[in-house]
This record gives sequence, C-alpha cells and structure tokens, in this order.
Amino acid sequence: MFHIYCPHCCEYREEEEFHASGQAHIPRPLDPDACTDQEWGEYMYFRKNPRGIHHELWVHAAGCRKFFNITRDTQTYEIKEVYKIGEQPSVVANSDQ
Amino acid sequence: MTSSSHTHGSQQSNRLQDGGRIDRSKTLTFTYNGKQYKGYAGDTLASALLANGVDIVGRSFKYSRPRGIVAAGAEEPNAIMQVGATEATQIPNVRATQQSLYDGLVAGTTNGWPSVETDLMEYVGKVGGKMMPPGFYYKTFMFPQSMWETYETYIRKAAGLGRAPKERDPDSYDKMNQHCDVMIVGAGPAGLAAALTAALAGARVIIADEQSEFGGSLLSSTETLDGKPASEWVTDVVKELATFDDVMMLPNSQVNGYHDHNFLTIQQHCTDQFADRAPNGQVAQRLHRVRAKWVILATGAHERPLVFGNNDVPGCMVANAVSTYINRYGVVPGNDLVLMTSNDNAYRTALDWHDAGRNVVAIVDSRKNPQGTLVDAARERGITIMVGSGVIDVQGGKRVTGVSIAPLNDAGDEVAGSIVKMKADTVASSGGWSPVIHLSCHTGARPVWNDDILGFTPGATVQKQLTAGAINGSFSTAQALLEGLSAAQDAVQLLGLTEVEVALPVTEEITESKAMALFHIPHTKPTAKAPKQFVDYQNDVTAAGIELACREGFESIEHVKRYTAMGFGTDQGKLGNINGMAIAAKTLNQTIPQTGTTIFRPNYTPVTFGAIAGRDCGALFDPERYTAMHSWHVEHGAKFEDVGLWKRPWYYPKANETMQDALNRECVATRESVGILDASTLGKIDIQGKDAREFLGRVYSNAWAKLPIGKCRYGLMCGEDGMVFDDGVTSCLGENHFLMTTTSGGAAHVLEWLEIYHQTEWPELEVYFTTVTDHWATMTISGPNSRKLLEKITDGDVSKDSMGFMDWKTMKVAGIPARVFRISFTGELSFEINVQANYGLHVWKALFEHGEEFNLTPYGTETMHILRAEKGFIIAGQDTDGSVHPFDLGLSWAVAMKKPFSFIGKRGMQREDCVRPDRKQLVGLKTIDPKVVLPEGAQGVLDPNAPIPMPMVGHVTSSYWSANLNRSIAMGFVKGGLEKMGEKVFYPLADGRVIEAEICNPVFLDPKGERQHV
Repeated sequence: MFHIYCPHCCEYREEEEFHASGQAHIPRPLDPDACTDQEWGEYMYFRKNPRGIHHELWVHAAGCRKFFNITRDTQTYEIKEVYKIGEQPSVVANSDQ
Repeated sequence: MTSSSHTHGSQQSNRLQDGGRIDRSKTLTFTYNGKQYKGYAGDTLASALLANGVDIVGRSFKYSRPRGIVAAGAEEPNAIMQVGATEATQIPNVRATQQSLYDGLVAGTTNGWPSVETDLMEYVGKVGGKMMPPGFYYKTFMFPQSMWETYETYIRKAAGLGRAPKERDPDSYDKMNQHCDVMIVGAGPAGLAAALTAALAGARVIIADEQSEFGGSLLSSTETLDGKPASEWVTDVVKELATFDDVMMLPNSQVNGYHDHNFLTIQQHCTDQFADRAPNGQVAQRLHRVRAKWVILATGAHERPLVFGNNDVPGCMVANAVSTYINRYGVVPGNDLVLMTSNDNAYRTALDWHDAGRNVVAIVDSRKNPQGTLVDAARERGITIMVGSGVIDVQGGKRVTGVSIAPLNDAGDEVAGSIVKMKADTVASSGGWSPVIHLSCHTGARPVWNDDILGFTPGATVQKQLTAGAINGSFSTAQALLEGLSAAQDAVQLLGLTEVEVALPVTEEITESKAMALFHIPHTKPTAKAPKQFVDYQNDVTAAGIELACREGFESIEHVKRYTAMGFGTDQGKLGNINGMAIAAKTLNQTIPQTGTTIFRPNYTPVTFGAIAGRDCGALFDPERYTAMHSWHVEHGAKFEDVGLWKRPWYYPKANETMQDALNRECVATRESVGILDASTLGKIDIQGKDAREFLGRVYSNAWAKLPIGKCRYGLMCGEDGMVFDDGVTSCLGENHFLMTTTSGGAAHVLEWLEIYHQTEWPELEVYFTTVTDHWATMTISGPNSRKLLEKITDGDVSKDSMGFMDWKTMKVAGIPARVFRISFTGELSFEINVQANYGLHVWKALFEHGEEFNLTPYGTETMHILRAEKGFIIAGQDTDGSVHPFDLGLSWAVAMKKPFSFIGKRGMQREDCVRPDRKQLVGLKTIDPKVVLPEGAQGVLDPNAPIPMPMVGHVTSSYWSANLNRSIAMGFVKGGLEKMGEKVFYPLADGRVIEAEICNPVFLDPKGERQHV
C-alpha cells in the first residue's frame, strides 16, 4: 500500500485516501471537432504501459479532493515525485528525454 | 539403555526430567485425534506430541505416506493441524510447531482417510507411485474437463487441506494501525541487539516475533553469553526493552507481509495461543498494519534437511529442530540417533542428544576430514563419526527402524563403497542453513546466491530496509549480535537521531571447518529407481520428479515449480525449495544462480480470515446509508433494495400481498390519486460560480445557456466517447447557482467527473462543486391529486398558472422551508419536495396526515421503475450500459450539436461507428400475448428458425407487468430498431419458449404528455 504525499495538503497519507485516475498529461484536444477519427481515438484510448517511470494522475478523494500528478516507477512502485496540475515532471524516463 | 529411566510420568515417554523452558508444575491436557494427552505450559502442540511419542501427524498429499514432525518452527511442512474444540472455533492449517499448548486444546490431523494410522490412499500411493509422475494431476484428472470438480472433491478429501468452520466464529478480531521509526522483524540475537540499540537512541520501535517468547535461536541453544546461559541475556534485554515507552514488543506475532513503502502486516495471536475461545472483552487475533520509517529484517535462517531415500519416514528430522525440542522443551524425540551433516554446526544436535542421556548411533559426515571445536567435542564424548559418508536411505514405515550408510565420492554425487546398515529410530540431517529471505522478496527484490554460505541472501531493494544476522548468512551468534547493533546504528543515523553506545555480550569462540555443498545424497540406484527421495514434503515432490521435469524440457525453475508443484503448499517450500533448485541445477548441468531462484510472496504463513476481516464483518461489513425517513419505511413494512450503499424502499407489501400484488396496488393508486416516493438518495451537487452555466454546457449534451432562474431541465451526461453514463434534472437557483441531481448510484462518480474536468482541463472557469446529497430529504408526490395534497400544507402558490411544469419554488411545507420542484418521472402531475434532512421525517409524516383522504400511497423503487417505463423514461445504468449514445436512446432532442463549445461526448458520438444506421437502438416492445412478461436480458432475433448460433439483434433492458395498462411492457435494444416500428422480434428463451413481440414507441401511456401538464 502506497504512502503518498499530497502536494495540496502537504502531508503523507495512506493510499486508501486516494484514487488513481490513469496516465497524466493527456490534454483534451482544444478543438475536438477538428480531430480526425484517428486523432480522437488516440486521445481516447491509447495509453502507455511502461516498465519503469510513469506519470500518473491521482486525486486525494477522501482528503482535499484535489488532483495532482505522481511520477512512479511501475517496477519498484517507488514514488519519485509528486507535482501539481499544470507543472511538469522533473524525473522522466530515458526514452522520454 | 532404556528410555524409561529418562522419562517423567507414564505418558510423556520422551520428556526429560529437567531442563528446557517448560513449566513442569503446570500440566495441560489436550486432545489429539480424539485421544487425550498431557503436556506442560511452555510446550507447543508439536513438542507435546513428540513428548508423548506421537510419530504420525499426517498423510502425504499424493502418495498418502505417513509423515511425522520434521521441524520446530514456521517451516514445518507436515504437522498441519485442524484446531478447535467446537465447530464454530475451527481453525485450519495451523502448524503444530507454532501453536502454543493450552489446557483443553483440541487438534486433529487434516488428512488421512479413514485415519492417519490406517490410510486407504497409502495403497493407491504404493501401487500408483510409478503412475503418479509430476504433472500427474494435470495429465490425468483434467480430462474430461467437466469432471474436474468431481475429481477435485475426492482429491481434497483424500489429501486433506483443512476445512473452514461451518458455524459463525464467536470471537472478535481487530486491526490496528501503527507507525514507528524502526520495525524489527525477529527477536533473536540480531533483532534484540537492534531493538536495544534503537531504543536507547530514542527511536520508536516495534519488534515482533512469531514465537511465544523472544530470544529466537538463543532459547534452544546451549551457548553462553557473558559466560552465562544465553537465555539469561535474553531475559535481561527483554526487561530493559519493557522500560521504554516507545518500544512495542509483539511476541506470538508473525510478520506476514512486507508491502510497498515500508508497510508491514503482522498477525498477532492474542488469545488463540492460550484458549479455544477468547475470554469476554478480548480479541482472538489482531492484525497490525505498520508504516515504518526503517525496517530491520532479523528473520534468521531455516536449516535445510538433506535429501535421501525414504527421508519422509517419521523419525527423519531437521537437525536443529531436534536440538530445539531437547533444549527448549525437554523432549528427546527418540532413542537412537543418526546425525547426517555436511557442516560442523549440526554436531550440536548429536552433543545435545548425547548429553540428554540417549544413544547417538553415529555422526555421518559427508566431508572427508572435519575439524573444529564441535567435532572435537563429539570425539571427546566417544561418539562414532563416519566421515566421507551419507545415509542413502532409511528403513521403516511408520517410524524409522534403521539406516543404510555408504561412503560417498569427493563430489558427493556417487556412492563409493559398500553399504553399512545400522539400527536407529531417528535421523537428523543438516545440509546447511537457508536465510529466511521471504519478507525481503515481498516487495520485489530478487535474492542473490552466495557461494560462501551456500544460500540465497536478500537482493537489492528500494525499501528503507536493513538486514542483520542469519538472514545475511551471518550464522554465528557473535555475528548476529554485531549486525543487529550495526543495522540499528545505521537506522538511528538515517533517522537523524543520536547514536548511543551499546555493549554486546561476550560470545564463545569456536572454530569450524568449511561446509560442503551437498543437497541430494546419491543412491546405489539411479534416482528414478531409488527409494523416494523427498524434496517438498507437503506436495510430495521427489528428486526423481524434479529430474523428470528437467528431462521433459522444463528449464526455468519457475516452470519446474509449477509442473511439479514444488513450493506450492501452505509452507511455500520453506524447507525444500533450495534443495529442489540444486537438484534441477545439477540435472541441467548449471549452477544454482543460473537456474534462477523463486520469489516469495505474502503471506509468509497462512493468515486466518478473521484477522484479515477484523471488525469488518456482519453489520459492519459495508457502510449502509439511510434516508431521514428510514425508520418510517421500516415501521411500514417496506422491503429494501440496495442502491450503492443506500437502503431504498423497494415496495411496501400489505398483509398477505405478493410482491406483484403490492406493485399493482402502488402503481394504480399513484396514477388514480397520489403516491409518494422517498427520493432522498438521488445525488445532489450544488454548483456555484460565475462560470457555472458555461460549465454545465460543457458537461451536459444539451443546452444550458438560456435556462432562467426558477426553471429545471433534464440533462444527459456522456463520456468523451459519446456514450451516456448519467442523467438527472438540474435547476437554476440563481444566475451563478445551480443544483444538479444525479442517479443514486452515480453521485460520487459524477462529482469526481466534474472535478477532474475543472481541475485538469478548465481551471480558468470559476466554478465550485459541493455534494449536498445528504443535506436534503426529498419526497416526490405524484398523481392527479398531488397538487391538492400539497396545497393543504403549503403556504406557496402551486397552481397551474403560478407554477408550471419544470418550475421550482421555495415555500414552506408543513411549516418547514422547502424547495419544491415540479418535475416528473412518472408522467403524472408531480412535485418533488426538498427540505433540510433533519425535517424530512416530520414533513413526510405531515403529508400522510393530510393524505388520508387521497389514499396517499407510499411506493418504492420497483413501482418507480414501472411507472417510468410506462412513460418510456430511461434509467441510466439499466437501459444504458456504456455502449449507447443519446441517439441510440432516441434522445436526439437532448443533444445540442450547435453549442459553441464542443461539449463532452460531441466528438465521440460522431465517430464512424457511432453513426452507423444499424446500431442497436432503444425501442418499446409489446409482446403479442399481452400477459407474457419478457425476461430482462433476453436476446432478440429476427428469425426464430435461423440455425444456431442465431444472429442476435439486441437485448431486453426493462420489462414489467403494467397494472395501469393491464399488459406487459418492455424496452430493449434492436439493431436499427427506430426504423423497424411495427415489425416483429423474437426472444428464444433457455426453457424452449419463444416470445414474440412487436417493436413500438417506448411511450406506452399518455404519449402526448397531457397528464403531467395539468
């Protein structure tokens, strides 16, 4: 069970207070109507499944109800950093550099 | 030499007169397989059974061979007991070696049929041995597949895996959340030294050990510390630890799981170690959930037995276990011992046996020239040492009667001389020690082979984990103490505390010669033809089986494991896995690290469901949500339905009414006069902010720009894929203030949906969401007399002209400030009255006081479903399943494609697949026979005579008997259904019937909507 630092509450809390909401940094296209079916399909359905560094969206559901991002190693389950919505990660996978 | 001169009491023939940590003044009576025995306080069930000369404690899984106790701790594979004096207190899978003896304990073997002494399956095993190679179960019993469940029943009965109680457990179980600086697992020399060091530095410490008392190996050792028995040092340290407020000591507590981010689960045996039932006010077991800043694993090591012919015959034991029974429990489990070893350490067992006054037949050492303190001690005692030799097999069935000893070649893989036979009843063996690395594997670290210690040690980890003592392969007491101290000093430093110097006790100095890497004793015959050489006792995996698996092409140890079932028992192969890997490696001509290792997963030992569940059972299993009017519903005989966590009235049967009778009455009463529904469970979200209206336009498919204050509107919510997932009515309370309602079950999801879009996509919009579901009690009065009823108890003007359909107003109802919404889910004139939840029951009762003249009838969710189906209104989640968009539902009127912002779902519902004309569309269904009600879920076909598998065109989503229409009504999906009005569709059912229906408009009643506009 993860021990997660909420960047809004500024405290470590148990995983039970949080929900994972999937991969982070998937912006909704600004003009959906201009997207081809393929582009829309990629936005909708295609997600990474990396072994290693992954950026995830989480919400402090039983706490402040704020969303934030976690950079997590999917192999070791280490949380490398947490950062707020709108910020960019400082830890990235080699393949993403 | 006779054994009687060394016994105490007539029954406990193997009990020494003195020595050990048992209390001979406290005799305990226990029952084993229906017979009474006596033991002493301080015994485990295993030590008491051995004291009483009980040899057989079970039958093996596959061959049904008699099995005895081989170990003294968590690694015991054979003595797996069913414990419990009554049906309600049964606990399966208890290791006799870990169960403290108490007065009145009732235990039995979990297998053996009809009994462990005479077991019918044994003959199957004897006859069928050759026919039961590895993979036997897969190869034989899997076909035909339909028979597997039948086979399994008998295999389980014959093999015995314990059983769950049939009655409710009367005891309570607890969970506790703990936080500490240093969590120490294991209270042997390393753990105790670590605990003392950390405690003196001021750290918050938890130290847990599976045993009933702290001390680990020191409890059963003849070693001295500071020149005194080691146990005295243990007593002193435990006393000192008890003086620290921030040290929690947990004996009888198995750390069963080491999870991510230094989260550990500990199963503490509280009262089940001394009573069948927990005394009043106490819990049987407690699960500690620990979050530790640093973890020190001081879990010790398990001794490996050697693998030789018939090594499972009762009387074959692990060497150190024999010493433990002698030194800790005062029990010598036999008379004539043969010790076989590949190392010096095991000589202690022969010394202990000899010093207890019994006969050591011989020490059989696989090494040619053993030298060292312990070897000398054996020689001084005149014990015969046979070097360069091994016990290649033993004789005996229910107990060892003799051994065959043969010289071995230098490599230890061939017999190199003639066999000598000797009489013996006990064979203790030692192939060295395997560090207990299980917990270190739980978080994913791969163990690393260490040639110096002939074992795996913990691999690199990302956890804040330190290790100390035998887990590192540091097997001597001196090293263990030192590593415990130094691990704790490291933790103290990392925690930013100040180190305090700790003096360690002086240990004995001994010299030892190098151990030999030996796992499998060769036989004169090839392994496949030699007497069975067991590797994993619990799953009856033999050396021959592993060799066969390798020959059949299983090269990965993970595959060998799965094929042979090695390590798949409740003991997870604690005793046998390394031997099995060594045999596989040798067969494959590889080293052990090349063959790989297996990883251990939680839990370390079986955990009771009671400990896992804790208090979360019965009424506390799951939270229940009640509306403010719940007590009224209960008093009036409502049947309840679970909607999410809510308990909602389902229907209100009267006297002898059947469910259908009640529904018919409720439906007719509502349409003829007035009915009332507790609608409090509908999700309610208060939405405020200057951009609230814009936000609604983005998340709903329909238009919100022009909804004036005082008006309500139905809204449809879709995902980005264009599929409907929730709906509800949202009302404009003020220019920047709306009240959204959601389905009862969807409220939490919708709130999170709104929040995620606001926070991640449109943070520039100024809008706030507050859940107010529980703040309001909601009652819906519906029917032609609902206005007359409301007028009797309100100060508001609810006339047709003043309050039109889809209007809302504030007013007082029964003297209470209320929001009243004129909206309708029944198609009748209808008012939804919302008051502060505390007033809900008062207003509800007031409505009944004034409703008598209108025959005000309460109705539940089922009547609500029927009434809305009569009007063709959908229920999100029943008539939608995540694969239908608004057009599929015939709700194109609720999609505003021209809105300036591309609302959620707009792009999705325009994908190629979403605009196909032959999509499944929601239509009404009228059975040709009006009395027949279609089953929900039935699949429709266009041609009932088509060959199977028939092309299916869609399923029935809602189907009811409508008392108001005196016929059945239904809705369902039909491919291209909106273009098929009047056509026929057929529903072939599992019982052979084929129901024919006509596709129709889903609005069965009042298609013009006149009734709600009065």
